This record gives sequence, C-alpha cells and structure tokens, in this order.
Amino acid sequence: MSELIVHSPGLSTTVQDTGRDGFYEIGMPPSGAMDQFSHRAANLLVGNPEGAATLEATYIGPKLEFTDSRIVAVTGAEAPLSLNGEPVPTWEAFAVKPGDVLSFAMITAGARPYIAVSGGIAVPEYLGSRSTYTLTGLGGLDGRKLAEGDRLPLGEASGARPGVRVPDELRPEHPSVTPLRTVVGLCSYRLTDAGMESFLGTEWKITKDADRVGYRLRGGKLDFVEREQPFGAGSDPANVVDLGYPVGSIQVPGGDEPIVLLNDAVTGGGYATIGTVVSADRDRIAQARTGDLVSFVPVDLAAALAARRDRRSRLDRIKSLVS
Amino acid sequence: MGTIKATMPGVFYRRPSPDADPYVEEGGSYTPGQTIAVIEVMKTFNELKAEEAGTVRRFLIDDGDEVSMGQDIAEVGE
Repeated sequence: MSELIVHSPGLSTTVQDTGRDGFYEIGMPPSGAMDQFSHRAANLLVGNPEGAATLEATYIGPKLEFTDSRIVAVTGAEAPLSLNGEPVPTWEAFAVKPGDVLSFAMITAGARPYIAVSGGIAVPEYLGSRSTYTLTGLGGLDGRKLAEGDRLPLGEASGARPGVRVPDELRPEHPSVTPLRTVVGLCSYRLTDAGMESFLGTEWKITKDADRVGYRLRGGKLDFVEREQPFGAGSDPANVVDLGYPVGSIQVPGGDEPIVLLNDAVTGGGYATIGTVVSADRDRIAQARTGDLVSFVPVDLAAALAARRDRRSRLDRIKSLVS
Repeated sequence: MGTIKATMPGVFYRRPSPDADPYVEEGGSYTPGQTIAVIEVMKTFNELKAEEAGTVRRFLIDDGDEVSMGQDIAEVGE
C-alpha cells in the first residue's frame, strides 16, 4: 500500500510542485511551492526530480503516517521534527517504515516547511501540474488543503539513501528584517519621489492578510502623482489602464498598504504595479510570517537574473551531494 | 504555573464573535480540547484549543491584539 495517511493536517497544508506554468494568459496563476528552493532541495534529498509534488505546510506542520518504506526529507521552515516521538533532523534525508508517524513541534523559524517523500505525492496532474489552487478548487488533492483522514497516493520510489544532508551554508537564513530584491516598475511613475523614497526606505510589517495569494504590508506612506484620469482607468489614484501583473509584483490598491502578489494571485487588472520582487527572493517572502518585517531593495534585471543563477547553482551543489 | 502559547501569528480574539461571551473568563477553568481563543490569519479564524485541563489565571494580551507565533497569551494553573 503506497499511501500517506494524514493524522492531522496542520493549519493549511497543500500538495505543490514547481507550478502550473504556461496558462497565465488565460488567467491561470502558476500556484506551486511558494519557496521553490526549499521545495526543490527536499525533492533532491529523497532522490526525486525537482518537479515532483511535495507537501507545503504553513505555520503548523501536519502529522503523517507512512504505509511503506520510503525516504523522507523536511526543508523550509525550521521546527523540531520527530518520528514516532524520536527526534529526526530537518534538511536531511531519513528512512521511514510502515506505521511510522512524522510530527512537528511549533515552528521556530520561517513559515512554511516542505515535506518530500521518495516517489513524490502522486495525485493526478491537472494541466500538467499537481499543484493545488484552492481559490478555484483545482489540482492537488481535490483542489483543497489537506484534512484529517486523507490518504495521499505516492509514486514509485527510486533508490535514494538516507543520511544525505544540506550543509548549513546552503540553507536559507531567517533574518529579523527580510530583504526583498525588487525591480522597480512598471508603473512606479505613478508614485511621487517622496512616495518612492517611502516605499524603498520603510521596513514594512506583514499584516494578517498574508497567504499564497499575496502579502499585504503596512508601515509607510505612498503618495501618488496628481493626474487626469486616463481613458480606461479607474478613478483611484492607484488605477491604471489594465495590465498583466507579474508574479511577485507589488500593487497599492487605494491607500498606503502595498500587496505583494504571489503564486495564487490574479494575473492582471487595473492597479499600478510599482515593482516586482525577483523570483529568487519570493523564496524569502514565503518564509516570512505575519508580524515580520520586510524591506524592498532595488536591483536591476541583471542582478535579478544573477540571483536566479545563484539559486540554481546552490541547488546544483545539493544535487551533487546526493548523486 | 504555565502559559498557553499562540501556535500561529495573527490577530487574537477571546470570543467567537464581537457580541458573544469570552470562551474562558479569567479565573475560569477549561477542559482538554476546549477552545480558548481564535487567531485570525490567512483570511481564516483558527481555534486555539487547550491540550490539558486547567484554569486561566490571566490573559497577557487584549482582545484584537496582534500576536506572534509562540507568544504567551495566557498564564494558566491547574
């Protein structure tokens, strides 16, 4: 029997992979793991391809029972882990047997742990991905977060070995203020100079409205340039003529609270996007919690691409440890 | 004397709705599995349940306050 039994689901645990790419133009956001580095690292540790499906928990880890022999790894947020009550490490592959139960104590750093099992979570693919998109109820396990008593199918496991670990220097840090490298634009012209200074100079606090759709932030003041309302745009100073929203883009709908749009967000609309968090640093915001502080660090496109290459090379180093 | 900790960050409420009575009064006792408070985060209200029986000596934060993960919300005794 190749299943994972959910004893307790945690607060909001979903099946995620690298994302449902290729359908953005029809309004389908990619979903997928919010922290791609941790998701991919967990897969590598258990011998899976990086695109295999893992479980992404938020704030509270699930309690899971295994029904056959597998290799498991937990990455992302830090929490004391135990297998049948005995401590097991994070960021390291370990073996489980039928009847073993994995449980989490309270998370000590970060927000989202990732649980990879050799063979991957084998829910059916929808449009080429196993990622859950809960707002429309598709993908993952019946398009929803996990519930007590769920049984998740597992795929065919390959020959991974226990004991492989990600060295400390390759693990993400959890600073008290999370810096988010950001490419300013496309509609940053809508902010006054003082507004842009406040955007880049403020340590923003993450509000309770922070989930896979987006993070709403508070703390600074954002003034818009006076203008005549253009044809096709709404009357709010933050409105522009509709445009596509890049994943990671930052908009300010009517007020001083910017929202960073993330994996499950709407794909376009009529709010000015004043910057976009670079893809590598969406891993960082995924591990920042409600109540934590973030800041926006302006970078150009070359630096954004360099950050992406750096993430790739860190994953390649993990891959070389495993093989 | 122990404390009850918030298991998630968010906004702390002692009652199920603005007009309702608190789940537990200060000085009041509770049973295992009983809801002590709710924490609003990620657009949901999540019940914080007691693991063991006990008595609330006093709450350490006010209704509607922001709470961080692991923060003590109440002093409790047996």
